[in-house]
Amino acid sequence: MNNIQKNRLKDQLFKFWGIGCTLIGLVLLVVFIGGILIDGLSRIDWAFITDLPSRKAEKSGIWTPLMGSIWILVLTAIISFPVSVAAGVYLEEYAKKNRLSALLEINISNLAGVPSIIYGLLGLEVFVRIMNLGASVLAGALTLSLLILPIIIVATREAIKAVPNSIRDASYALGASKWQTIWNQVLPASSGGILTGVILALSRAVGETAPLIVVGALAYVPFAPQGPLDQFSVLPIQIFNWISRPQQGFIDNAAAAIIILLLITFIMNGIAVYFRNKWQKKLQ
Amino acid sequence: MESRFISEINGKKNYNNTMSAIMLKKPEDAKIEAPIDEKYKLQTKDVNVFYGDFQAIKDVSINIKPKSITAFIGPSGCGKSTFLRLFNRMNDYIEDFKMEGKIKIDDINIYKNKIQLEQLRKEVGMVFQKPNPFPKSIFENVAYGLKIQGISTKKLIADRVEKALIQADLWNEVKGNLNKSALSLSGGQQQRLCIARTLAVEPSVILMDEPTSALDPISTSKIEELIYQLKQDYTIIIVTHNMQQAARISDYTAFFYMGELIEFDKTKKIFTNPEKKRTENYITGRFG
Amino acid sequence: MRKIREFVIEKSLLSSALITVAVTVGIILVLTIEAFSFFKEVSIFDFFTDTEWTPLFTKKHYGILPLLTGTLLTTFIAISVALPIGLSISIYLSEYAPRSFRKTIKPLLELLAAVPTVVYGFFALVVVTPFLQQFIPNLSGFNSLSAGIVMGIMIIPFVSSLSEDALFAVPKALREASYGMGATRLQTAFKVVVPAASSGIIVSIILAISRAIGETMIVAIAAGQQPRLTLDPTVPVETITAYIVQVSLGDVQHGSLEYRTIFAAGITLFTLTFLLNTLSFQIRKKFRQKYE
Repeated sequence: MNNIQKNRLKDQLFKFWGIGCTLIGLVLLVVFIGGILIDGLSRIDWAFITDLPSRKAEKSGIWTPLMGSIWILVLTAIISFPVSVAAGVYLEEYAKKNRLSALLEINISNLAGVPSIIYGLLGLEVFVRIMNLGASVLAGALTLSLLILPIIIVATREAIKAVPNSIRDASYALGASKWQTIWNQVLPASSGGILTGVILALSRAVGETAPLIVVGALAYVPFAPQGPLDQFSVLPIQIFNWISRPQQGFIDNAAAAIIILLLITFIMNGIAVYFRNKWQKKLQ
Repeated sequence: MESRFISEINGKKNYNNTMSAIMLKKPEDAKIEAPIDEKYKLQTKDVNVFYGDFQAIKDVSINIKPKSITAFIGPSGCGKSTFLRLFNRMNDYIEDFKMEGKIKIDDINIYKNKIQLEQLRKEVGMVFQKPNPFPKSIFENVAYGLKIQGISTKKLIADRVEKALIQADLWNEVKGNLNKSALSLSGGQQQRLCIARTLAVEPSVILMDEPTSALDPISTSKIEELIYQLKQDYTIIIVTHNMQQAARISDYTAFFYMGELIEFDKTKKIFTNPEKKRTENYITGRFG
Repeated sequence: MRKIREFVIEKSLLSSALITVAVTVGIILVLTIEAFSFFKEVSIFDFFTDTEWTPLFTKKHYGILPLLTGTLLTTFIAISVALPIGLSISIYLSEYAPRSFRKTIKPLLELLAAVPTVVYGFFALVVVTPFLQQFIPNLSGFNSLSAGIVMGIMIIPFVSSLSEDALFAVPKALREASYGMGATRLQTAFKVVVPAASSGIIVSIILAISRAIGETMIVAIAAGQQPRLTLDPTVPVETITAYIVQVSLGDVQHGSLEYRTIFAAGITLFTLTFLLNTLSFQIRKKFRQKYE
């Protein structure tokens, strides 16, 4: 085989290797999810969703952690959305290109790389202890809001950047002030992108376990939260708890709960992608 | 070279603006000077513009009469757009921008600190080169300028929107569905929409920065016709790199070159018998 | 009046942006203050040299090395999996794959990244470990091999998308020059494009390592809770992150030395990831000019 043929062969081999690698992750995902479905699907029924956790695997349900997760989702959304979008608007529309704003940007990309458990430690000291909120849903939501802050800020900035300057020019030329231009033109035009970012960030928050464990979310909670200062558990923590038990019954429970969690995650991601496509079409 | 406008829509009067027609008009129309005590709408004196160290405009003094069309012509980069934007202070957004000299509208210095930018821009509207309608409905586009002034009476807004769309010669084409997205209109329609948007605010001056250079010839002629109509009620300055356009529709023409005002006079004079050699070279296509 | 309103709005937006600074300051303060109290009772020397970590036992040792090796061992295994596969994916998608394939695959890879880590932990413990035990008979129920492999799978989309961005930024002209000389896609990819994108790829590797170091649930579930200074991937270990979880689940008294150990562990973790992230940022900044 001469050189050219050798090179061609290597080229083809890599092509197959590349396809293989690309598919391997997806194949494994399918295998894993298939396994989970086998283990857990039969366990899911209405009782599973509405039962409280109990010592007996067959009687255990996900009601309290599911409610906890919903509480966390809603509270985190309420807290993080205005703050993150406001920060993103400031950085993209108001901040001048100087050292200060460069530092702000570096800081944000740094925060995005901080392990989530560190946010848990921060939340433990500041929200649980110093602000005396205790191991409450509010403390958990505040902690997760800080965690997803950089994600939403980046998404907001990208969405605002995509709005053409000609729109701003037209608005200013008609006598609009800066804020009028932002509120009436820039934000509506970027709303799809911002929404996508928020939903993806919240989807991440729903799946977070470590920071909430550190903040003190309990592994065993007999009641659903009634108010923001109540103690709570969330679905991922319940899953973690069940995995740690040796009995097969709890493993099946964990699998079933994972199915519910994945359903929630995938639905949220799907909604986000839907909004992203709709928004990109609108800007054309 | 001939070009011909004949307008028959809405009973507007016919007119010819061919270059030969200009050349054949009565002798007294070829007079250069304007009557001395006529009041000016826009006045600039000794204006210099700098972007950092770069000087974009050198010692320009020019006075614009009310309800006239003035064309700014000149090769690319000569400063005509920069100068245009002095009148509604759109250059303020550019870093390192500095203006020296006096610029007055209705005898008021618009670069004095007391001036409210938002107020200025209601008096002085602008139409851009590439049509830039907002990604909203036709109605919302035209109503926007009113909305930001705080006008909220639905009837008033609807009336003003209709009036502006009629003035911009777009009403008949869109009145069926004002809620349609502005982006669904053709290029020429979008530009007329942008003009309607500007008119709704009822300015007295309209600045146009190459308003037809991104449009096809048919849309271009429609809009040139529209501009000529608007002269009855508005003072218009139009920047154009299309000399034939300037000759077709403007009353006065200013020729800019490398940031300086080379010559400013009645359009007929500029195009048939310019004073400066450079003007003549540009008009005849020797450079540019 | 209008000016005042605009001013107030701008400053409110600014204060939201400044919250990000407050978060960083908060993290650093909290970790430092608690770690400071910790180091009043435990010498830094012992912290870095003791080979045992047993703060919760009766005979207490406070050496971070076992936790550190646990973290680094799982990280190493994860990167060994994620790097070749992730890079290969990025090269394939960037240099070989047709547009349509790329378009369908990318959202699927994003899906892989969206799966909560607790689910990956489940896989590692319940599926991968029993599977591997068929080939490695003395593989213990908790071990760093399964956890590392699954962590690697989780990180694949991370590596591939960052690397792909780096490859994408390489100008077409370079590829065309190479093809014009008769090179195959493979030769072009490895001899021209990858070297040109090397800084971006290095950045993606560093960030992947940082991600692996900070991962918690997979290792908490599958790697074990036995701090052990070892390089053996078949035995239980404990990572820094898993230790923090372990303590948080228990009944440790606030203000006690045991409580403070999680902050000592935390500040070690934060320092590691901070250094890595800063390094990647510097590299990105320094080499970005190449194609601007």
